[in-house]
Amino acid sequence: MTRRRSGPRVRQETPDDKAALVFLGPWLIGAVVLVVGPLLASLYLAFTDYNLLQDPNFVGLDNFSRMLGDERLHHSLAVTFTYVIVGVPAQLVVALALAVALDRGMRGLAFYRSAFYLPSMLGSSVAIAVLWRLIFGQAGLFNGLLGAVGIDTSTSWIADPDTALWAIILLHVWTFGSPMVIFLAGLRQIPREFYEAASTDGASPWRQFRSVTLPLLTPIIFFNLVLAIINAFQSFTQAFVVSGGTGGPSDSTLFYTLYLYQEGFGAFRMGYASALAWLLVVIVGAFTLINFWASKYWVHYDD
Amino acid sequence: MTTDTITTPATTTGPRTPPELRRHRPSVRTRVFRVLRQALMIAVVVVALYPILWMIVSSLRPDGHIFGNPSLVPNTFEVSNYTSGWNALGAPFSTYLLNSALVVAGAIVGNLISCSMAAYGFARLRFRFQRPAFVVMLLMIMIPIHVVIVPQYVIWAQAGLINTVWPLIVPKFLATDGFFVFLMIQFIRGLPKELDEAARIDGAGHGRIFCQILLPLMTPALATTAIFTFIWTWNDFFSQLIYLTDPNLYTVPVALRSFVDAQSQSSYGAMFAMSVVSVLPLVVAFGVGQKYLVRGIATTGGK
Repeated sequence: MTRRRSGPRVRQETPDDKAALVFLGPWLIGAVVLVVGPLLASLYLAFTDYNLLQDPNFVGLDNFSRMLGDERLHHSLAVTFTYVIVGVPAQLVVALALAVALDRGMRGLAFYRSAFYLPSMLGSSVAIAVLWRLIFGQAGLFNGLLGAVGIDTSTSWIADPDTALWAIILLHVWTFGSPMVIFLAGLRQIPREFYEAASTDGASPWRQFRSVTLPLLTPIIFFNLVLAIINAFQSFTQAFVVSGGTGGPSDSTLFYTLYLYQEGFGAFRMGYASALAWLLVVIVGAFTLINFWASKYWVHYDD
Repeated sequence: MTTDTITTPATTTGPRTPPELRRHRPSVRTRVFRVLRQALMIAVVVVALYPILWMIVSSLRPDGHIFGNPSLVPNTFEVSNYTSGWNALGAPFSTYLLNSALVVAGAIVGNLISCSMAAYGFARLRFRFQRPAFVVMLLMIMIPIHVVIVPQYVIWAQAGLINTVWPLIVPKFLATDGFFVFLMIQFIRGLPKELDEAARIDGAGHGRIFCQILLPLMTPALATTAIFTFIWTWNDFFSQLIYLTDPNLYTVPVALRSFVDAQSQSSYGAMFAMSVVSVLPLVVAFGVGQKYLVRGIATTGGK
C-alpha cells in the first residue's frame, strides 16, 4: 500500500531537474555555445565591419545599404531564385509521377525504390558534382550523346553562362529519389476502397489520380515542398564544384551560399557575410511562411 | 495470349489487390499494360543510373577514350587510373579516406550518445524551462548553418582548432543536430511508459532506465541516426572546406575538389577512379542500412 502511494504518479510531480541537467547537459552546452550564442553574435556582426583580424567596429546599417548596390548579390539572388523556382517543382513532379507509377502493386518495387534512391544519396557529393562537370563539358558525355543522334556540337554547357545553371538544375531534378520515397509512403496511406469506389463509378485512371490520389496526397506534397525549398536555398556543393569555386561563368552559377562563402571565407568580410546570412534566414523564413499560408487553399487534411 | 484454366500465380498481383480479383486471370489488356509498365520503368532506371554507370566504366578507360564515348560497355580495364589517381595528390588517397572515416566515426558516436540522451530528457523527464528548451531544440533543426558559421569559426579559431577534426566532431557530441534529437524523441514517445514505471518501482534510476530499458528498444531510431549521419557527414563539403585547409588533413570531398583544380585535361580517368572510390563507402552503407534508410526518409523526410 505504501509503495503504491509513493509510486510513479506522485514522483512525476516533482521535477527531475537534476537528472535533466545530466541528460540534457551536452545539448544545453551545444545549444548555448554553438547555436544561440553564435546566432546572436552573427546578428551583431551583421552591423559591423568584422574581418577576423581586427575587432569589429559597429557600422550601423552600412552592410545592408551596401546590399542595395551590390550587383553580384542581386545576380546571386536571381540565380538562386531560378534554381529554387524551377528545380524544386520539376524534381517533385518527377518524384510524384514515378511514385504513382510504382504504387499500384508494381512488381520489383523494392528494386526500383533503391535504384531511384541511389542518385539522391550520391547527388550532394563532390564526386557527382565532378562527374556533372565532366558530363556537360566540351568533350563530355552529353555532347557524345548528342553526337550519337547526329547533333554535332562542341559547346561546353558548363562554360556557357546561358546553360551552366540549367546543368545544375538538372542535377537537382536527378535527385528525385528521396521525395519519391516519401510520396510512396504517403500513397500507401490512401485506402484502396477509394479507388475501388471510383472505378465502380467509371472513373478513368487519370480521373482517379486527379480526384482521389492528388487531394489525399496534398499534405505530403506540402511537406516535400517546404523541405525542398528550405534545402534548395542552401545548396552549395554542386555550384561550388561545377564552377570551380567561382560561381562562373559570368556569375551564372553564383548561388547565394557560394557568394556568402566568397565574401566571408574568401575576402574575410565576415560582417557582410553575417548580414548576408541573416538575409538568407529572412528569405527562407518568408518562403516558408508563405507556403504555410498558401497551404490553407490547397492542402486537404482529414478532420 | 490464350486464356487457360491454370490459376494465376499470386505474384502477378500486388499484395494489396483485394482477394476477389485474384480469382480471375488478369485480362490480356491488363497484362500487356503490366509488361509495358515494367519496360518503361526499366528504361527510367537506366536513364537515372546512366551517369553513375558511365562514371564507373569511364574510370576503367584510358584517358583518350573517355570523352565523347557514351558507351557503357567496359571494353578496357585501365586499372592504372586507380593507381595514378591514388597517388596524384600530396598524400596517397588512403590518407583522405582515413581522415573522412575519422570524422564520420566521431560524428556517428557523438550523435548516438548525445542525441539519445537529450531525447530521453525531453521525452521522459519533467524539468523547469522544458517548453522554452524544446522550442530552442526545434529552432536548431530549422536554422541554416550559414547564419552561425561565422561566429562558430571564430570560436574554433580562438581555440586554435582550425585544421583539426574537432570543429567537425565536437558539435556532434553536443547534440547540435536537432533533427536526430527530434527523431528519437518521437521514437521514445512511442514506447510504453509502463516500462519505465515498472523499472522505477524496482528501484532503477534514470541512468539505468535509459541504458538498460530504453536504449535497447531504440535500435531502429539509433540505426536511422547512424546511417544518416554517415551519409551526410561523408558528403558534407561546406564545413569541411572551411575548417580543413591543410592538405594533409583533407577529407575525401575536399581532396576530390582540389583534384579537380589541380588536374589537367589528361588525367580524367584518374579523377573518375577516385570519384568512384569516394562514393563506394556510401553505396556499401546504403546496402547495409537500406531498411533503416527507407524507413527514416519516409518518417522524417531526410535528404
